[in-house]
Amino acid sequence: MGILVKNLNKKFGDFTAVDDVSFEVEQGKLVALLGPSGSGKSTILRIIAGLEEPDSGAVYLTGEDATALPTQRRNVGFVFQHYALFKHMTVAKNIAFGLEVQKRPQNEIKNRVEELLDLVQLKGYENHYPSQLSGGQRQRVALARALAPKPKVLLLDEPFGALDAKVRQNLAGWLRQLHREVQVTSIFVTHDQEEAIEISDRIVVLNRGRVEQIGRPEEIYDKPLTKFVASFIGHANVIEAIVQDGKVLAGKDRIELPVSHALSESGEAVVLVRPEDIVIAKDASASELSASIVGIRYRGDVYELTLQMSEVTLHAVEEKLRYQQQNWGIGDRVQLHFNKFKFFYAEEGHDAIRERLHSLGYIE
Amino acid sequence: MGPDSVEVQVHPGQRRPPWGKRLLMTGTLGWFGILVLFPVAALLVEGLGSGPQAFINGLKGEAAAKAFNLTLWTTLLAVVINTLMGLLLAILLVRHKFPGKTLFDGIVDLPFAVSPVVTGFMFIVLFGPQGFLGRWFEAGGMKIVFAVPGIVLVTLFVTLPFVTREVVPVLREMGREPEEVAYTLGASKWLTFWKVTLPTIRWGLIYGVTLTIARALGEFGAVLVVSGNIIKRTQTATLHIHQEFTDFNYQGAFSASIVLGGISFVLLLLTELWKRKQKHK
Repeated sequence: MGILVKNLNKKFGDFTAVDDVSFEVEQGKLVALLGPSGSGKSTILRIIAGLEEPDSGAVYLTGEDATALPTQRRNVGFVFQHYALFKHMTVAKNIAFGLEVQKRPQNEIKNRVEELLDLVQLKGYENHYPSQLSGGQRQRVALARALAPKPKVLLLDEPFGALDAKVRQNLAGWLRQLHREVQVTSIFVTHDQEEAIEISDRIVVLNRGRVEQIGRPEEIYDKPLTKFVASFIGHANVIEAIVQDGKVLAGKDRIELPVSHALSESGEAVVLVRPEDIVIAKDASASELSASIVGIRYRGDVYELTLQMSEVTLHAVEEKLRYQQQNWGIGDRVQLHFNKFKFFYAEEGHDAIRERLHSLGYIE
Repeated sequence: MGPDSVEVQVHPGQRRPPWGKRLLMTGTLGWFGILVLFPVAALLVEGLGSGPQAFINGLKGEAAAKAFNLTLWTTLLAVVINTLMGLLLAILLVRHKFPGKTLFDGIVDLPFAVSPVVTGFMFIVLFGPQGFLGRWFEAGGMKIVFAVPGIVLVTLFVTLPFVTREVVPVLREMGREPEEVAYTLGASKWLTFWKVTLPTIRWGLIYGVTLTIARALGEFGAVLVVSGNIIKRTQTATLHIHQEFTDFNYQGAFSASIVLGGISFVLLLLTELWKRKQKHK
């Protein structure tokens, strides 16, 4: 067993940062803690490292209870978003720090530093100072420094958050590869769902200090258990609706959505549909939903279509080939079909949900 | 036209700065020249004008030696104590929350705001023979004001903020993360302080110490009030210069001024040079 976290709780004043969180990371796996800011993900990471003390709960590292151990004796590698390199030390000295602290023999230190410089592809930079490196290079130094003393677990706190998009993508892919080589049990914290899906073995989705769902990336994406997960993972169309007489009616014009649930309760509801789950066909027969194309954006590999269905705006994507076959144009009337969707009662009311989704940046 | 003709074109700004810019440069440099260089030059001309022998003669005598001796020891004490305390205070202000922190943050600057003469009087009121604390020391047979301990105390007071003020911003900029990384790599708190924190904030600390030395060497008002200005006993270098001047012994005043100013100047220069050397590494 790699890491086990049991019933962690942590409050800062009145604010509950971590609320009864438990999860397990198998030996050698890479797990993402995914959630919006304030969801408690960084606090959990800091508790595992011993940099923060939980109010209650336990942390086990490779089977041993580490809850009472000081950071120095937990044998964890930690990488911060802003690198936290030792500015006054060269790259080589930074990487060697953990080994110097352990007073390892000089030739062993030298060999290990060279090994790591090789691993993070920074050969030739050993005598540079951090200020002479790019962001991506700095983060690789930070990673090498964390890995040098062969930690039991590796903890990464938004490791690519300070880098620009291109570098971030390269580095994320590279980390995935590196992890396959090194096989150290790792947790990384991120608010970027694409990053989490791309590089982790499993994802723990957090919201307001609680675990919403744990699973493989595919499970999280395809079978979200809660509406938070559904809306947070991937881009989703959020359709506000009401349930009346077992029918789901969207918008002011009460368009009946083809949501085939046996719904007995009336009330406010939300339907979430991913853009790729909207199938568009020509010839709007009256049978299903009809909409008109009001916007087309070329996105490289796909076309993104903006659809207007009464006053409800939806986003859909079409593959390039299909788009060209259909020869879509602005103003075309089309017929919609939802391949997959998620239905939730909006217990808190539409306003509360809209506010929440807005705060997460999913809707304008 | 070929592309070559483009390359020979010179940006007009490189050939001749516009009039406004030239005026600003001349004006600014001229102003600082008059304000800084002229007085320094005047002192050097007066002090060294009568030849090196006269300059050295101006420094002779027991009073001058004792005054410089007292100033050097006072400065040394101020540097050691205020570096240590200033560092602790900076760490406290940046890293810890405590009631009255904002107020305390302001109090640290008080020695900057209060006139040195007022500082001197405050210490006389407190430590004088009838003072609140002075009575106790007097009873114990220890003289504070009109004696060396008073000089040291006011020097400590006026140089209190320098190290703290220089260290606080670099400590804040550093954040906790480098230290936390060191902990995860197995370093104890003490080792982390020596190997990570101190080297990271060293420039703030060095500047703070430089300013402390310069101020300790040059303090006049507060020392004048509290020392009693007793020749060969409680006269510091600045008081000695003032004494020589009022006694119409101008050569003595000039020579001592040049030495005192020279020490400060060399100190600042060394700090700057050291910093440049580090940057080029």
